[in-house]
Amino acid sequence: MSEDPRNELVEHLPALRAFALSLTRNGATADDMVQDTVVKAWTNIDKFKPGTKMRAWLFTILRNTYYSSRRKLNREVADVDGVFTATLSVKPEHDGRMQLSDFKQAFELLPDEQREALILVGASGFSYEEAADMCGVAVGTVKSRANRGRAKLTELLHLDEEGPMELTDRATMAVISGAGTVPQ
Amino acid sequence: MTDNKSKDDERIADLIDQNLKMVYSDLVQEQLPDRFKDLLDVLKAQDAEQKGNS
Repeated sequence: MSEDPRNELVEHLPALRAFALSLTRNGATADDMVQDTVVKAWTNIDKFKPGTKMRAWLFTILRNTYYSSRRKLNREVADVDGVFTATLSVKPEHDGRMQLSDFKQAFELLPDEQREALILVGASGFSYEEAADMCGVAVGTVKSRANRGRAKLTELLHLDEEGPMELTDRATMAVISGAGTVPQ
Repeated sequence: MTDNKSKDDERIADLIDQNLKMVYSDLVQEQLPDRFKDLLDVLKAQDAEQKGNS
C-alpha cells in the first residue's frame, strides 16, 4: 500500500504560509487562507496527481482561494496589516546592500499578480512554466508580470537612477568615487 | 552603451531576486502557528472516526 500523500502536507506548511503572507500581506488573512487550503487539500486529495509537486498543487489551491475571495469582496486593495514588513530579521546592512525593510515596503505596493509572479519565480524556485500552470495563464504573461514587478521595484527603490549609489553605503561610495572606477 | 544598460538591468534583476529570496526565507522560517498542527490532528481524527463507522 502506497503512503497517503496527505502525510506530506505538513512539510509544505511553512512555504505555504510564506506564500500566503506575501500574497495577502496580512497575518490573520494569511493564516485563514492556509487553513482553508489545508482542509481543501485534505478532502480533495484524490485530485492530487502523484508524482507531481505537492507544493505547486497547494500553492494553486491557496491562490485560487485568495483570488476568489478578493473577487467576492470586490476590492483590489487588500487590508494590509504590516505583518509582512514587521516580521523580520531587520538588520542594518553593512555590506552595502539596500535595506531589506525598504525592499519589503516597496514590494508590498506591487499589484497582487506581480507580487505573486515574483515570489513564485524569483524566490520559491518555480520555473516560469510551473508558475504559468499554477496561475492558469500563459508563460509570457508570468514573464511580463515578473518584469513589470521588477521595473516597479527598480523605480520605487531608485535602483537605476544613481547607478551603484543606492547599492552601496555612503562611505563606500566616497571611496569608489575617489578611485574613479566602479567595481562590478 | 547598450551593453552597459543590459548589464545594469541584469545587475538590478539579480539584486531584486536576492532580496526576494531573503524576504521569502524569513517568512518560511517563521514559527508555524500551532493551529495548523492541531488542524491536521482534527482532520486525521475525523477520518479515523469515519472509517470506524463504515
